[in-house]
Amino acid sequence: MGIDVVSPPLERGPGAGTVTLTVNGRTHEPELEPRVSLLDALRERLGLTGSKKGCDQGTCGACTVWVDGRRVLACLTLAVTCEGREVTTIEGLAADDGDLHPMQAAFVEQDAFQCGYCTPGQIMSAVALLREGHAGDDGEIREWMSGNICRCAAYPNIRAAIREVRDAGGA
Amino acid sequence: MSVRPLSYARVADVDSAIAAVTRNRDGAFLAGGTTEVDLVRQDVLRPTLLVDINDLPLNRVEDLPGGGLRIGALARMSDVAQVSAVRRRFPVIAQALLLGASAQLRNMASMGGNMCQRVRCSYFRDATSPCNKRDPGSGCAALSGFNRGHAILGTSDHCIATHPSDVAVALVALDAVVHTRGPGGGRAIGIDDFFLLPGDTPEREHPLEHGELITAIEVPATPVASHSVYLKFRDRESYEFALASVAAAVRVEDGTIAEVRLALGGVATKPWRARRAEASLLGQPATPAAFASAAAAELAPASPRPLNEFKVELAQRAIVRALGTLTSRPN
Repeated sequence: MGIDVVSPPLERGPGAGTVTLTVNGRTHEPELEPRVSLLDALRERLGLTGSKKGCDQGTCGACTVWVDGRRVLACLTLAVTCEGREVTTIEGLAADDGDLHPMQAAFVEQDAFQCGYCTPGQIMSAVALLREGHAGDDGEIREWMSGNICRCAAYPNIRAAIREVRDAGGA
Repeated sequence: MSVRPLSYARVADVDSAIAAVTRNRDGAFLAGGTTEVDLVRQDVLRPTLLVDINDLPLNRVEDLPGGGLRIGALARMSDVAQVSAVRRRFPVIAQALLLGASAQLRNMASMGGNMCQRVRCSYFRDATSPCNKRDPGSGCAALSGFNRGHAILGTSDHCIATHPSDVAVALVALDAVVHTRGPGGGRAIGIDDFFLLPGDTPEREHPLEHGELITAIEVPATPVASHSVYLKFRDRESYEFALASVAAAVRVEDGTIAEVRLALGGVATKPWRARRAEASLLGQPATPAAFASAAAAELAPASPRPLNEFKVELAQRAIVRALGTLTSRPN
């Protein structure tokens, strides 16, 4: 065995540096300070304003996106930690030709929103929910969607939209 | 609110992580970030360097010979809850995990980070009120403030904040062991010793030294745990912290309680092993009267305040309900 030398890791910041982000399959290279959240990077630097800032403290779910296919909160994720990972936002759901994702279409069909502010997060959670297999009945949908708060209380219609996509064979 | 400037380093091995944090007095490990990023933004935590440990190979859940479990510190709450060995042999762990936080947060939050999560006391979180935990010696605004959610067991004159974790309550009931590595090497800490009572030093919540990293949580083989439950009572049905919760495992032989594990959440300053109740129950018939008597023994030293006095009764009822639920179904 050789001598075990622990070399200092590369420190970045506190100033801005290039952060390579893959969002909805496209690579971006914004200049970001390490303190910038994924949510702020998406909204303020990449022009992807679909993900919403509700509470900015991890309690409302309006900023729900997927990182490596798992639903997470963009407000509690530092953008720099997403290097090398795949970020998917609401803008990445619709087909390239503009056709809505089945869950988006079901939200429209079922009138699953009023003001619409929580809707992108609701939809990102709802699609993940079906993939996770947690939409068996209304009780299960309620429980596994509880991280997405809707101030307008569109919950019954959100559940209807999820049921619609579930019953049509998934998203 | 914007975050103070900070530096960032991503590391690939445990030694580099420990070295990087040890070198910087204001350095901290960053795992799921669900507490840490939130509290940095609230200006409660002020690290100048975050060392990202998410690439470390510490995310596995392994069976130990004899029936125990080794849960890697970076295993996510959502993943641990799905492991079939956890669900089968330690249902109390799986249930506690799934009754905590939300699906998104469980996908992010690591098990090691869960052990280190900070209290939800609003006076701690607001970064301005007197708080002995955040600013030692400044006082405790919760003592005479809005303390409906605060602790009634393990309190001191300096802090009455409730420990927020659910899964830690299950782990305390199961005598788990927290494994760490630090600048001075590795050690194993019994989980009941890992959580400190506030006493005169509420700012110190764990025996961890600066730069010491949790690497794994081991749960010893516990046959009684296959017959276990986690009950949680709260202001809303989901995505809320406990007002009172119970982790319980029981083995009844010939109508008599032969083995019992009991711990409480939502009512104490640390995940609370209910040793008085356990002692009261052993050898007793599995009856509601025996459960109520044990619950009363556990809550006897409670020191409630007018706003959280209801927790004394609530915790007792929760204990009785958990024990009744377990003993009314076949082993």
